Amino acid sequence: MGNYFQPEIECASPEKIKEIQDKRLADTVRRVYNNVQYYKNMMDDAGVTPDDIKSTDDLHKLPFLTKADLRNAYPYGLLAVPLSDAVRIQSTSGTTGKRVVAFYTKHDLDIWDDCCARALVAAGATKNDVVHVSYGYGLFTGGAGLNGGSHKLGSLTLPMSSGNTDRQVQFMCDMGSTILCCTPSYAEYIGETICERGLQDKIKLKAGIFGAEAWSEEMRKDIESKLGLKAYDIYGLTEIIGPGVSFECEEQSGMHINEDHFIAEIIDPVTEKVLPYGEKGELVFTCISKEAFPLIRYRTRDICVLHREKCSCGRTLLKMEKPMGRSDDMLIIRGVNVFPSQIETVLLNCGYTANYQIIVDRVNHSDTLDVVVEMTPEMFSDTVKQISMHEKKLVDALKSMLGIYANVTLAAPKSIERSEGKAVRVIDKRKI
Amino acid sequence: MTIDQISVFVDNKPGRLVELLEVLSQSNVDLRAMSMADTADFGILRMIADNPENAKKLIADAGYVTNITQVLAVAVPDVPGGLAKVLSYISNAGISIEYMYVFITHEDENACVIVRVDDNEKAEKVLEANNIRLFSPSDIYKD
Repeated sequence: MGNYFQPEIECASPEKIKEIQDKRLADTVRRVYNNVQYYKNMMDDAGVTPDDIKSTDDLHKLPFLTKADLRNAYPYGLLAVPLSDAVRIQSTSGTTGKRVVAFYTKHDLDIWDDCCARALVAAGATKNDVVHVSYGYGLFTGGAGLNGGSHKLGSLTLPMSSGNTDRQVQFMCDMGSTILCCTPSYAEYIGETICERGLQDKIKLKAGIFGAEAWSEEMRKDIESKLGLKAYDIYGLTEIIGPGVSFECEEQSGMHINEDHFIAEIIDPVTEKVLPYGEKGELVFTCISKEAFPLIRYRTRDICVLHREKCSCGRTLLKMEKPMGRSDDMLIIRGVNVFPSQIETVLLNCGYTANYQIIVDRVNHSDTLDVVVEMTPEMFSDTVKQISMHEKKLVDALKSMLGIYANVTLAAPKSIERSEGKAVRVIDKRKI
Repeated sequence: MTIDQISVFVDNKPGRLVELLEVLSQSNVDLRAMSMADTADFGILRMIADNPENAKKLIADAGYVTNITQVLAVAVPDVPGGLAKVLSYISNAGISIEYMYVFITHEDENACVIVRVDDNEKAEKVLEANNIRLFSPSDIYKD
């Protein structure tokens, strides 16, 4: 049995959760229909009225929202409260040209803090902890979300933001940080720096909450051994609220969804049919307690599986498996679907580091896949034969995982740029 | 009797080798012999230097992947067919030679060849039985 921040919700019976969801869903749908022209048009087009939505059983009647809708309605088209009630804007990085802007009222920020506080407590945090937040602050939701959760819990919060790794490590040693929150790739980088300087003994970290990127189980083990902590996953997206949509408990086997605020569905991405628990498909979220930006049936493009089985931590909240990766991250190489996380798994299993780069190109009308990995002391030998043998093993392992040939290039240590936020793993040079 | 050889991973980028050699010269590492193995996408620089542990540390601190391997420094009679004879002793004993390179000595009658084999102990015995001398670290590092 673990610790809970809000046990009355986290351990509530499924019936109690459904009761909360039924009421909040009906209220939210009525409110957006009456206040937001965009939703009214969508529902009218689909022939659905707020009266048709009495409970979660009616959820399937509602139309889906996609990222294209957010673009069409940009900037204020989906805001569901008067501007005077909105107090905060957060946004995605927009690196792919698809910037998303989300709004929050005071109430929305309050429930966001709750969601992140639940995640912190599930990772073992109490008010006596020093929470080191190395997610970026500013428009990005990472810093704001975990900062708010830590405040809510009453922990001492270090608003480090990302970057300046020397200062991160120094504060970590001086202040005795016990909980680290950042992207997994940055955790890896911080861990590498600590090991290089032999500061492992000066670090008091016991747990880490790492999200905003897809990462593998192998990377989890690597981070845990480098930083001497237990690494927990956290999931979220700016459109829905930010980090804290779901969070991992001590079982480390999937993330509990904060179902009193978000209803999760899995659909077949092609037919858009709702799939039962246990089946793999696209994750869809409906916000049922937010005021300013309550997206209805938003398609996340994340591919994963939901589970309703009872968890040993005592929480009854629905669990989602770690997404295989956002369908945006998926590469189609020679017609085969490739997720960077699969490549990462192979690299770590074969003894290489999690610092890698995937370069996709098109030569003579055929796709090429090149995986650049850094040489490590363990993989190095004075003979070409030995190094080539390791390299061949890696090529074979990639082939069996991906089903296609990948060329491997060995690079010097530290030659692949380290990330302080979301890592750039993929360089797609194809001009299609 | 073996001697320490330092090997360094050098990736295939212009200027990498020069960078590494500059690190060594700034640290006053005295190189006695070196050889470069190259493949399409990386190289391995192998060298014999005074105070190998110290040299290895300097190289690793500069951010290179490096290790130390035990190799044989064989005194080869400086006469036609001298090397062929020595190598035949090794290969006739079923020992594989991975690579070899020449080392400059101040002796007149012998050349020194660095030989990397897959079984040092066995090779040492075979050479000893055939009266072939192996250089010791003190032979190598003396001036």
